[in-house]
Amino acid sequence: MIPPNSPWPPRSVKIGANKMRIGILCSRIRVEEKLLLAELDRRHVSYVKLDDDDIIFNLNEDVHEYDVVLERSIHHSRALYALRALNDAGVPTVNTAEVADVCGDKFKTTQALIKAGVPTPRTRMAFSPASALRAIEELGYPVVLKPAIGSWGRLIAKVNDREAAEALLEHKEILGSYHHSIFYIQEYVPKPYNRDIRAFVVGDECICAIYRTSEHWITNTARGGQAAVCPVTPLLADICVGAAHAVGGGVVAIDVLETTDGRLLINEVNYTMEFRNSIAPTGVDIPARIIDYTLAAARGA
Amino acid sequence: MNATCPECDALITLAADVVENEIVVCPDCAAELEVISIDPPELALAPEVGEDWGE
Repeated sequence: MIPPNSPWPPRSVKIGANKMRIGILCSRIRVEEKLLLAELDRRHVSYVKLDDDDIIFNLNEDVHEYDVVLERSIHHSRALYALRALNDAGVPTVNTAEVADVCGDKFKTTQALIKAGVPTPRTRMAFSPASALRAIEELGYPVVLKPAIGSWGRLIAKVNDREAAEALLEHKEILGSYHHSIFYIQEYVPKPYNRDIRAFVVGDECICAIYRTSEHWITNTARGGQAAVCPVTPLLADICVGAAHAVGGGVVAIDVLETTDGRLLINEVNYTMEFRNSIAPTGVDIPARIIDYTLAAARGA
Repeated sequence: MNATCPECDALITLAADVVENEIVVCPDCAAELEVISIDPPELALAPEVGEDWGE
């Protein structure tokens, strides 16, 4: 997997940390990618952007010249397959294919959290509208229906009563692809302060967190939620690092729900995290921490 | 550095630190545009959000 006009000498020539070969797998260059690339530039670390529109993996013969690849693709499916190809060829990646596989699928995330004993909302899975309706009524209204794969709060539905449930399930079965008939059903956790928490974990440390406040039940900052600093208490750090380890570790952003009785529940874990709205409120240089981790993950580092 | 909006033909000034694959919004027609080339500067309509897009 060598892009045209590679700036690097053959691998045998490479000596020294700043000669490290970094690949950045990307699609769109968002604010996050610009910040990460600027951080690499600031450290005089050379890198190659691997555009997921252009890249070709020769699965039979590929030799990868990268010491580490930082995955920043906007496409979950492309990220998943690219990371698998790289990891199978011995290239360290941030994050790993296993982490992408678990975090990119809400069912797998929930399973990993439950297996590790990390508190998470009560969840049901069903495969037909009839069984999904029974599962919803077992949980009790309101519930949240989510596609197992998806992000930014898209196609997530809060279901308040049986009539809405019946309509939604019928729509999902008839209008959606087969993915939408894997019904992932979660208890709705009321937000006592109209907010949830987005916490950032790098390795074994919860480096910072924000509250995301919104009058709407969906609090994603991509959907208008307002960011403010959230103190990283020992309780928050413990549950977030536990969640990160449960999904395989690395650099992850964790969505945490507060319950009315003061407990914390892990809602989701994101493996290609967006952080543009979290640097100013927290004062933490998140891109620098990601680059620190990436350089440390490189082979030979 | 200037480029032309492929949707409305407006002349768009790109930031000095612009990079390939960055998304810019046309100030005239609000189309989301992707920078597909820096030299020469060239813009194309950005792809619609895909089902597997996210973080």
